[in-house]
Parts: sequence; C-alpha cells; structure tokens
Amino acid sequence: MTKSQVLEWLRATAVVIEENRQYLTDLDSPIGDADHGINMDRGFKKIVSKLPGVEEKDIGTVLKTSGMALITSVGGAGGPLYGTFLMDAGKAVAGKDELSDDDLVALLDAGLKGVIRIGKTNLEDKTMVDALHPALEALKKAFSDGKDTVEALHLMTDAAYEGMKATIPMLARKGRASYLGERSIGHQDPGATSSYLLLKTLTETIEADQSA
Amino acid sequence: MKKLINKPEDVVREELEGLALAYPDIVKVHFEPDFVYRADAPVKGQVAIVSGGGSGHEPMHGGLVGVGMLSAACPGQVFTSPTPDQMLEATMMVDGGAGVLHIVKNYTGDVMNFEMAADMAREEGIKVLSILIDDDAAVKDSLWTAGRRGVGTTVLAEKICGAAAEKGWPLEKVADLCRKVNINGRSMGMALTSCTVPMAGKPTFDLPEDEMEIGIGIHGEPGRTRMKLKTADEITEMLALGVIEDPAYTRIVREWDDGQGEWVEVELVDPPFKAGDKVLAFVNNMGGSAAIEPPIIYRKLHEICEKKGLKIVRNLIGAYITSLEMQGCSITLLKMDDELIKLWDAPVKTIGMRWGM
Repeated sequence: MTKSQVLEWLRATAVVIEENRQYLTDLDSPIGDADHGINMDRGFKKIVSKLPGVEEKDIGTVLKTSGMALITSVGGAGGPLYGTFLMDAGKAVAGKDELSDDDLVALLDAGLKGVIRIGKTNLEDKTMVDALHPALEALKKAFSDGKDTVEALHLMTDAAYEGMKATIPMLARKGRASYLGERSIGHQDPGATSSYLLLKTLTETIEADQSA
Repeated sequence: MKKLINKPEDVVREELEGLALAYPDIVKVHFEPDFVYRADAPVKGQVAIVSGGGSGHEPMHGGLVGVGMLSAACPGQVFTSPTPDQMLEATMMVDGGAGVLHIVKNYTGDVMNFEMAADMAREEGIKVLSILIDDDAAVKDSLWTAGRRGVGTTVLAEKICGAAAEKGWPLEKVADLCRKVNINGRSMGMALTSCTVPMAGKPTFDLPEDEMEIGIGIHGEPGRTRMKLKTADEITEMLALGVIEDPAYTRIVREWDDGQGEWVEVELVDPPFKAGDKVLAFVNNMGGSAAIEPPIIYRKLHEICEKKGLKIVRNLIGAYITSLEMQGCSITLLKMDDELIKLWDAPVKTIGMRWGM
C-alpha cells in the first residue's frame, strides 16, 4: 500500500461518510443520540482539510495527524475512538512511505488495540470492535493462506460486514445504547457500521488503484 | 423542525456570541476552541472548576459559569461531548495556581475526552483532579451498561463545589466534596415528548400523544420503559420512589491518583436514603414543559418526602439541565448536612443561577 493510496483512502472515506451521513445518524437515533453521521462527517472533513499539510510526510505522520484532527473536531465517543484508532495505527507504521501486507496488518492491529484500550470494550458489547476484530482476523488468515492483497482485503471487508450485521441481535453493553437494555436488541450498531465503511473504502481504494 | 435558529450548524456558536454580548460582567467567551469562562478568571490562589458537555442542556453548563460556581464550561455540539483541546485551553485559562477540578458527567464520550484533556493539562504542569457524576437511578446495573448517567446532581455539585472553591478550599478537599455530593445525590427523569437535534432536523424518537418515556437521560434518547401517559401525581410518585427507594449502588469509577501519578479504579457506594435524612429537592424542567407544571410536581414530591420521613431543607425548581425542547421533568434528591447547606446558601452569580450577590 503506497502513501498516495493511504491519502486516497482517507479522502474517499470522507466522501463515503458524507454520503452515509443520514444513514449513520438514523441508525444512531433509536439506540443513541442521533449524531453519529453528523459527527463523523465533521471529523473526516477536518481530516481532508489537514491532508495538504502532511502529504510530503510519511504514512505514520499522515495517520497521526488525521487521528488528531478527529480527536479535536468530533467529540462524543466517536472522536476519541476513531482518533485513537488512526493515531495508534500511525505509530505502528511510523517513518514508512510504503506498507507491506505485514505493515497493513500491524497498522490495523494497533488501531484496534487502541480502540479496545480506551473503550475498554469486549467482543459482543455491540460496538465498532464487533466489526473491526473479525475483519482483522480474516485479513490475517487470508494472508497466511497465501491470498494476494486485494483478495485478502475483500475477505476482510466481508468479515467486517458480517460483524456489523451480527450487532443487530446483540444487547448493548457500552455507550449510550447500553442504557436501553433489552430495547437495544434488533438495531444495527452505528459505530460498527462506520467501521465497516472505513474498511470497505480501504479495499475499494486499493482495488481501484491496482486495476487502473 | 421549527426553531428560533439561523443555520443548524451555527446554533452553538451564535448562542455563545449572544451570551458574550448579554452578560459581559459575568462571563467571557473564547472561540476556537470554544469555552465560556468567568469574566474575572483566573482568580489567583483559588481552585478553578471546569465542566462541560454537549450543548442542548442550557443553562448547564455555560449558564452556570460565574462567581461561586464554575470557572469555565466547554460546550460541545448539541448532545455531543466537547473535544479535549477545548477542556485543555479552558483549564489553562482559568487555573489560578491552586489546581483545577474537572466535573465530568458519566457518558462514554465525556469521560474519554475529559481524561485526554486532564492528561494533557498535567503535561502542561497544571494540577488536575476529576470527579465523575453518575446519579441516574433509572440505570439499575453498572456491570452491563456504561454505568449510571450524570444528570441532575451535576447542577448541585457545581454549585456546592463552586462555593467551596470561592471560600478557598484546596483542590483535594473540593474533589472530596464533589464525590460526597455525587454519592449522596440521585435522580430520575421522564419525557412527554422527544426533541429535535438541530443538525438532525427531526425528532430523535417518536412518542405517541398518549404515551411517555420513563428513565430518560438528557440527550433526547429513549428511556428505560415506555408506558401510557399518567397524571402529574402518578408520574411524581414513580420518579420519587425510584429515587427514594433505590438501594445502595456500588460501582467502580476511574479517578486520577496524584500520589501514584496514574488513573486508578475506585469503588464507590451510594448509601440509600433513610427516614430522618435532610434533603435538597430539585425538580427540573426538561426544557419544554410550561413553567406552571414543575410546581405541581414539587407539591406531590413534598408530600411523598414527608410521608417517607425525608425533611426537605432546600429546593430548586426550574429548567437547569435540559434536553432541548423536550417536555418532561426530572427529580433529584441530595442528602444534605450542615456543611452542604452552608455551601448551597453561599452567594452565586451566574447567568442561570443567582443569589446572595
């Protein structure tokens, strides 16, 4: 994965989040406070505005700057969680201008660990971890099975999708949805959904670039 | 959506601009990052108190900044926690050299953002302690949820701790006082209507004309249960008994340990109310109920407290911690002692609460 692909991933995610702003906010209405799409849209627009200043820097710096942009513009839980995801991902690939498959795994692994650290989240709490964790496991397995990057990323995206859908019957144990108790069951988690979109966009960015 | 606003994205900034123009003797407003702070800050040698949270709860928190209460308040977007850079700059602006107490309502986002800000402020050499407010008795278990939410007791803690800071109490004692208020205060709220986040443009949830939500927080979110609409007396009884009969509540919270230099987990227990207790009774308008209604709730609350042997020694009635234009109310009871009564009565001069000066 090249630096220009990383930059394109972040820009493309901003577009995807804007397109899904209403959808994410609607998912957040029955079990949250109806702002997830609005907040993520504000945050990714801030990232895009910061990218020109770091385009010449390494991938680690690009991701860390993007994470700080989210932390200082999103608020709520989404800001610290996605901000830490990108900052810790950036630390894992500090100084690099190109990422191997192993680097990509390390990047996502560090990001996920950061989310779990500050969210104190377990699997099946009905959070973004329920999309990110199976996705990363699928990516690792695909690489160890000898799949190429694009194939592996597709398997990762499929696992993220399954993970996102699996949040529907879950009882929320973290965040504002947890106050609803049984009433949180039957709703797809907005955070797991935005996580799926982030990974899906990563896959599409790399696939589009390779086929171009 | 019908609201007295210009553009939805300008609501928070334009409100702050209005406050700055209207109350220059009480507050100043800093933009980018946004925070409201005491007109006379920093007050040298005095502990500063910083709070904050999503907007939409006015007058909390910006309207509770001033002499005898908060030193600064950081408003986020509507119902969205503010960001760490806001709390950091507010903390640095109001620190008078005696340290800063962060009063944080227990919501996942608020807790994360305030923790980050406190860590950053300590790196700048400022002494910061943080106390969580988690008083919502509608949340029954702490193990399988994010724990009790911070609601009505927040307003009382800000008033009482602000008075202590004004009297020159040191940081550790103000923090201990805040923890004491939190464990002795309990609340429960209900909604007759939903509310509309300006950026969302439509009500957060649908609530039919003849139904209500019990056990809500303050973010327009649905409550624990939905039921058929009842009379004011029946609603008051449900909320009051939910508070008064709530058993001891035990949970683990994270607090900064200045001696160890790290965040530590502390077990706190809220003792239940018992006959003979003196209490402060707070009936809060969620924002959209007519001002004629809260006294009707108070009337019944007073009767129930008497029946239960609780002596109301102070009260507060009105819209202090709101959920935009939501119709409904919350009841908070805080067990009082002579120290708390004295601090409650101390002079305060903020936009939303003012007496004695």
